[in-house]
Amino acid sequence: MISVNVTKELSSAEGVLQAFFELEIESGEFLTLFGPSGAGKTTLMRLIAGLETPRSGTIMVDGEIWFDSDKKINLTPQKRSIGFVFQDYALFPTMSVRQNLLFAAQTQEERLYVETLLEMTELQSLSHRLPATLSGGQKQRVALARALVRRPKVLLLDEPLSALDPLMRQKLQDEIALFHQKLGITILLVSHDIAETIKLSHRLAAVEAGRIVRVCPPMEFFARHKLSGKLQLVGEVLKVEFEMPVAIVTLLVGSSVVQAVITQEEGKNLRIGEHALIAVKAYNPIVLPLTR
Amino acid sequence: MEAEFLETMVLTFKLAAVTTVVLLVISIPLAAFLAFSNMRFKSIIETIVSMPLVLPPSVLGFYLLLAFSPSSAIGSFLTEHGIRLAFSFEGLVIGSVLFSLPFMVHPIQSALSQMPPSLFEAAYTLGKSKMETMIRVILPAIRHGVISGIVLAFAHTVGEFGVILMIGGNIPGETRVASIAIYDEVESLNYTMAHQYALTLFVITFSILLLVYTLNKKSLEGLK
Repeated sequence: MISVNVTKELSSAEGVLQAFFELEIESGEFLTLFGPSGAGKTTLMRLIAGLETPRSGTIMVDGEIWFDSDKKINLTPQKRSIGFVFQDYALFPTMSVRQNLLFAAQTQEERLYVETLLEMTELQSLSHRLPATLSGGQKQRVALARALVRRPKVLLLDEPLSALDPLMRQKLQDEIALFHQKLGITILLVSHDIAETIKLSHRLAAVEAGRIVRVCPPMEFFARHKLSGKLQLVGEVLKVEFEMPVAIVTLLVGSSVVQAVITQEEGKNLRIGEHALIAVKAYNPIVLPLTR
Repeated sequence: MEAEFLETMVLTFKLAAVTTVVLLVISIPLAAFLAFSNMRFKSIIETIVSMPLVLPPSVLGFYLLLAFSPSSAIGSFLTEHGIRLAFSFEGLVIGSVLFSLPFMVHPIQSALSQMPPSLFEAAYTLGKSKMETMIRVILPAIRHGVISGIVLAFAHTVGEFGVILMIGGNIPGETRVASIAIYDEVESLNYTMAHQYALTLFVITFSILLLVYTLNKKSLEGLK
């Protein structure tokens, strides 16, 4: 159980903002921090990691105090049981894939665990390669595996998949979900991607202007109206064409493009690039298995 | 004649080597301070480090000579402890270190400031101390900057003339380095010897630079 209760000054484009974060995360939970850029999602992760210091408050993890401004306790990042995956991967450029992982290992047991992680992430055949020779998805895998070597209590993922193409993204989402399942680790993810959030997380914490405004299951957050017995898809609006008397919307759902006919009124509410929820009546749909 | 030539060349490269080693030791922490600190007096230190780039060598040499002379506070303190810096090899090392400082600090500083902060932070979150991060992660990653610094500082010290003339004079085997010897031989119209020194310096420095740049290019390509 992680409980965070901290204040911090955020400097944003609109000036200095007094942020106040209050959040409780269950052990083994997968929680996504969701919200616009500059809201303080990454800062909250960095505060938990000890890479930034709160102005006041407390951070407790499984009964251990990581930060307490009254008691003047502030554990260094080195002393916190965390794994941090950075947006730019932060792989050590002069070390091979295996050396990057081994760098994190401190005990003989962890050194053996490196081999297991290389296997789990299918990096064995690349283990002698330098990071600069890897693709984005491969680098991301190395960063993920490296963050797990010390068996941290909390895994912090700062928009780890944002730079990847949709297919690779999905593959890595599956991998993260698998890790979460197998290791039972607590995961905190920063994401802008609605599909990713729904797919991976138990709960979503909506962050806006330095505050956590709502914590709830992701579907509840995105589906503003209660919908039952319906098939729901979330996608990015690519195009809205008005053809009297209807409008045709083209959405990107996952990596497939979907078109739907809607009313002109509905069409006017959609903006290109934004995410939209499509719900269709799911009574007696045609569902066929794909050839494997 | 041959013995004197050899003695001068050995002294020249000994001075450059000692200077480079001393510079390497002090420049890495100094460059790290300049690259990452945001203290108020940082720009003053930055200015002092860069001064030798624009200051005439004779100015630095003149003040060092004054400081080293037994009549000054520093000089008398040193004399009491049996250290003589004016017209000695040790004095030359101090002068060369100060004069070549920017050539070592700047390449290391610029390489350091290009390192993404997440590289340091990643190592910290993996439980590594600042020192270990610097030695095992950062220094290997900026080695091209360090190599450039070593080459530039070494070459610059070999070619140094003004500071050495001011504080070292022309004592064979002690302070007479190649650049001074060339000047001396030309003064006494001994062009053959001047040629010998000049050409040797030319060939040696060219070869060192060529070798290092070739090696550096190869090691950088390996990282791509």
